[in-house]
Amino acid sequence: MTRYLPWLGGLALIGLPFVYTAPYPMHILIIILIWSFAYTSWSVMGRFGLVSLGHGGFMGIGAYATALAWNYWHISPWIGAPMALLAGALLAVVVAYPCFRFRIIGHYFALVTLALSGIVLQVITATRDYTGGSLGYTPERYQSGSSFYALQFTGKTTWYLIALGVWAAGLYVWHRVDRSMLRYALEAISEDEDGAAAAGVHVTLEKLKITVLSAAMTALAGALYCQYQMFISPDTVSGIAVSLQMVFAVVVGGIYVPLGPTVGAVITILLAEVLRVSFGTRAVGWDNLVYGILLVIFIIFLPKGILGSLLALRRAS
Amino acid sequence: MAIFDIFLLEALLNGVLLGGVLALLSLGLNLIFGVIDVVWICYAELIMLGMYGMYFLYTVYHAPIVAAAAVCIVAVAILGVLLHVLVIAPLLGAAPINQLLATGGVLFFLQSAATVLFGVEFKNLGLRLPVLKAAGMFISYSRLLAFVAALVGMVLVYLFMTRTYTGTAIRAIAQDRQIIPLMGVNSRRIYLVTSALGGGLAGLAACLLVLQYDVHPFVGLSFGPITFLICVLGSLGNFVGGFVAAFVFAEIIALGGLYLDLEWGYVFAFAFFIVMMFVRPEGLMARRS
Repeated sequence: MTRYLPWLGGLALIGLPFVYTAPYPMHILIIILIWSFAYTSWSVMGRFGLVSLGHGGFMGIGAYATALAWNYWHISPWIGAPMALLAGALLAVVVAYPCFRFRIIGHYFALVTLALSGIVLQVITATRDYTGGSLGYTPERYQSGSSFYALQFTGKTTWYLIALGVWAAGLYVWHRVDRSMLRYALEAISEDEDGAAAAGVHVTLEKLKITVLSAAMTALAGALYCQYQMFISPDTVSGIAVSLQMVFAVVVGGIYVPLGPTVGAVITILLAEVLRVSFGTRAVGWDNLVYGILLVIFIIFLPKGILGSLLALRRAS
Repeated sequence: MAIFDIFLLEALLNGVLLGGVLALLSLGLNLIFGVIDVVWICYAELIMLGMYGMYFLYTVYHAPIVAAAAVCIVAVAILGVLLHVLVIAPLLGAAPINQLLATGGVLFFLQSAATVLFGVEFKNLGLRLPVLKAAGMFISYSRLLAFVAALVGMVLVYLFMTRTYTGTAIRAIAQDRQIIPLMGVNSRRIYLVTSALGGGLAGLAACLLVLQYDVHPFVGLSFGPITFLICVLGSLGNFVGGFVAAFVFAEIIALGGLYLDLEWGYVFAFAFFIVMMFVRPEGLMARRS
């Protein structure tokens, strides 16, 4: 029975928009799926102890590159998004290669990547003549609004299916990494770099592979977010706050299990939405207040996260 | 001659003064890192709370400014101790990155606590210090004050670290945290003293920053990251390195701001940081091995 559970769950998720189409819950679901994908992208490398605080930067690149290519050169997001993906991957190589080559690890890696998110945020703000700066940016609507060519859809169902597909692909990538040699190499590296190198692991190359993969996925999440929301601002898709938000959601959900980031996204987004809907503007700040306390408690008492701890409990019993 | 352009000179001078502020900011963080080996990501948020403290004491309750400053410094020092006892102490044995992330949670908490309690409006002290005018240049008095305070703070911390028993014990702990407790130093007490000292320095920075900047719940994000980068660039835990790095960063920001926009100044500073990490990783990370 448990073997078929993922397939049944997947079928139920695919079937959902054909029986239930209330716009607001659909919107929340789409947002959850997109962010789940972004968090999954982070956890692909984060689970090996490569804590990056630069993923806000990659997400911002993905979102802005897609939108700018569309508005200025009329490049369809079908080409723009892969370009944005490449840009994210390239940036990852430029920053991460020297990091790994010179063995900048742990704290230092986190702080160097923190500088990266800072740079991306400041560049977007500083080039306000092109990107709208902190006021945000909107990709132009293509004709009537719904267009396959422009990757713009007014219906929620289409977006739901797209987001679901990308999210599932993200999980598949996680799974493939989990089953690959790369995983064993990276686990060895996270235990002991010198030992891994002595055992024949190409430390720099293996770390670079996973970082580029993770950065490209995050850039795709940014592009997707931009196409769905049709509005991006430096504070919602880039910068240090977004990076920390990713780390936080993954830690709460569970960093070592495939669905952990998704659980993290569900919890954080639902918490924010429930507070917003029930308390309105009075709730400003309360969601982050709860997140912050949860994050501290989780790191101290449940470092495996909610889902990770539940699964560990089930296995133990 | 272009080099002696008055604006350039003014920018350079302002850079030096900004460097003083940044040096003061990085002082407490450096101390914490050097001794406890923990990065307080929420350090800037402690400063933010200190700034709110100043605002409420001075502007709302009309306390004398020196008394308000003293209360703030003590209060933030107590916050530092609380942070250590509640969050850092349970994690001392855990992976370093967990401590960094836990203080990240505290960052969220403090930011939103400030939002909930004080609202998102910008608040300012309503006190404007005069601007000095010398040789055709404008120099902000509050920046000068922060610069002097940073120097005095440096000297005091240096004297404390080298001339007192506790200071010596702190330096000893920073060198070897396993052996020193065997020598009869109470390491828990030393950590508490260091956290209080780091918090106190954050409080001092808050008192001086609030003279120049408006306070709002997210003010920490505007100078927090640059503070970490300064500490890393100057070798985490190394006071002199931090001081030098603060001035280098400040000059880059000031000159970038003069020729382009202020944001570009920050972009150059961040980019410079990343490049420096690659160019001189061994010099910057002398403590790591």
